[in-house]
Amino acid sequence: MLNIANLSARVAGKNILNGIDLRINAGEVHAIMGPNGSGKSTLAQVLAGREDYEVTGGSVQFLDQDLLALSAEERARAGLFLGFQYPVEIPGVNNVYLLKAALNAKRKAAGEPEVDAYEFLALIKQKMKFMEMSETFLSRGVNEGFSGGEKKRNEILQMLVLEPKLAILDETDSGLDIDALKIVSKGVNSLRDPTRAVVLVTHYQRLLDYIEPDYVHVLSGGRILKSGDKSLALELERRGYDWVRASLVA
Amino acid sequence: MSTKSPDVEALIAQKYRHGFVTDIESDSLPPGLDESVVAAISAKKKEPQFLLDWRLKAFRHWQTMREPQWARVHYRPIDYQDISYYSAPRAPVDAPKSLDEVDPKLLATYAKLGIPLHERARLAGVAVDAVFDSVSVATTFKDKLGKAGVIFCSFSEAVHNHPELIERYLGSVVPTGDNFFAALNSAVFSDGSFVYVPPGVRCPMELSTYFRINAAKTGQFERTLIIAAEGASVSYLEGCTAPMRDENQLHAAVVELVALDDASIKYSTVQNWYPGDENGVGGIYNFVTKRGECRGRNSKISWTQVETGSAITWKYPSCVLKGDGSIGEFYSVAVANHYQQADTGTKMIHIGKNTKSTIVSKGISAGRAVNTYRGLVKILPSAEGARNFTQCDSLLMGGRCAAHTFPYMEVKNPGATVEHEASTSKIGEDQLFYCLQRGISAEDAVNMIVSGFCKVVFKELPMEFAVEAQNLLSVSLEGAVG
Repeated sequence: MLNIANLSARVAGKNILNGIDLRINAGEVHAIMGPNGSGKSTLAQVLAGREDYEVTGGSVQFLDQDLLALSAEERARAGLFLGFQYPVEIPGVNNVYLLKAALNAKRKAAGEPEVDAYEFLALIKQKMKFMEMSETFLSRGVNEGFSGGEKKRNEILQMLVLEPKLAILDETDSGLDIDALKIVSKGVNSLRDPTRAVVLVTHYQRLLDYIEPDYVHVLSGGRILKSGDKSLALELERRGYDWVRASLVA
Repeated sequence: MSTKSPDVEALIAQKYRHGFVTDIESDSLPPGLDESVVAAISAKKKEPQFLLDWRLKAFRHWQTMREPQWARVHYRPIDYQDISYYSAPRAPVDAPKSLDEVDPKLLATYAKLGIPLHERARLAGVAVDAVFDSVSVATTFKDKLGKAGVIFCSFSEAVHNHPELIERYLGSVVPTGDNFFAALNSAVFSDGSFVYVPPGVRCPMELSTYFRINAAKTGQFERTLIIAAEGASVSYLEGCTAPMRDENQLHAAVVELVALDDASIKYSTVQNWYPGDENGVGGIYNFVTKRGECRGRNSKISWTQVETGSAITWKYPSCVLKGDGSIGEFYSVAVANHYQQADTGTKMIHIGKNTKSTIVSKGISAGRAVNTYRGLVKILPSAEGARNFTQCDSLLMGGRCAAHTFPYMEVKNPGATVEHEASTSKIGEDQLFYCLQRGISAEDAVNMIVSGFCKVVFKELPMEFAVEAQNLLSVSLEGAVG
């Protein structure tokens, strides 16, 4: 589904990614861990197509397309979803309106008919119930005045409505209390199926107790230093990132 | 973002019922301005003596005045002797005969605004007779107003048919010597609209200059007077979302509103005059004086404006809150793109007890434009218990535009409450990227963000106008980001 080969990128003249290789197949869940400043969020932004991140080398294939040749909105319509670490507020723009526009942009690109307001309302109400969100969210502005936890829950709600092929969730677990973490995890798990893949960018093993990854990668200095199965995350929790660095030197 | 609904379609479709017939004179006056020109204008319009005297008084006052320099706008000096102050409507000799002869770019803009086909023809200047031959509906519209006792006609018509109302109310809100441009207008105004709603009458329909086919020709010095008598209410829509071109560069209109006891007037404007090209060449100077007086107890005047056009806008729709318990409101969206300059705002003058005013101003700047909010809240010693709330927000698109806010406050009554909130924000890269990442195109994303910013003002517009205004905004800001 996603094949990253020797990807390098820089932001504001500073090299952040220095040759990432990563292959993700449909049906898999990958966790990317690593210390602060290791390039985790940059990788997520580069894949989503943020303009101020400059790709300096390498290639990315996504569902048989050259991902790097697509604009951000084309990537989204092709089925790539980024759950933001800090979802932005857009005052006065209705949360539901934005999501409906997003869904219809995607459907239009796929040659499918647009959903009407009535159908959409039914769909979103069902998803909101699943995410245990109050219906007052229907009338609020995009992330306007939401608490940190509410914003993250809203990201997952959007993901469930858009049903992406590949979801990249950038520290979706940070700032969540245990109950919210469970709900968010329930949302992510509900999307797992043999045709989709999920990338979890996280600092903490805690999230992986609820969303069990198939692979865990350790990112440091803009490179993947080590990959393994879920036991790697447990080991990291116990021994810290320095252990990975040390084991590589040895 | 398709927002057109059948209701809107139907409503717009009604627009071309002739409300009025305008006298069409055949000649023009040469450029230049002196007392004989003022007298000639009055004579051509067969005006009563009181109006001639009034014009001359204004002219004499104007001669002693100087053009205001305080606004944050820049333009080359205007040669007032180089303007023709009376010209007959141009004969439609070189007017296009059908839409096929009209610039396709103009038609594309109309389509984006959602203006219906037959409407496009008129706006593009296609000879009117060729397009509108159905007058039948017009009668219904006139009948309906007539039955309610509402007078809605051109200013010239009102001068002839209701001189007592004109004599009584003209200049009672904006005196002849009020300011440089108002004095000029008073001396040479060509035509405009007149509305009188009798006591206790709720005007049965939204009144709109749209109804008047000849509205576009009322020229550069337009005069509007609206009176709502005791307990009456009226909603008046001025302007048009379609781009208006005019060879007259200077426009100096005056609008006066009078609300008596328990009356309410809602005045909505959408202004989209030619702003000049991308390099700031050409474009209309719009120097307007708009003021309403809440003369009676518990009266209310509400201004709502969406300003996207003109090279320079100088405009401060204001409320004089004289009657106890009266209410003044000002809701504004001002957009400036390319090299446009907008200096706009409001004045709320609290005189009566327990008067209330609300100001919500949304300024959007893009390109190299400069957008200034200038507002005055003045609370006189007599205005016991007065309250004001002001909110001024600016949105910047790109790094070369500017926004300024000058809120003036003079509070002379210690029992008054005045609140002011202001903010300036940029269309964030973050907001834009968020929308893009959800698959929404850059153009739709900008529209969405801007509409969200203006939402509280659009809510105040009559439904059908709000839809057009929203479309207008997206056309005005096309290509401003991304």
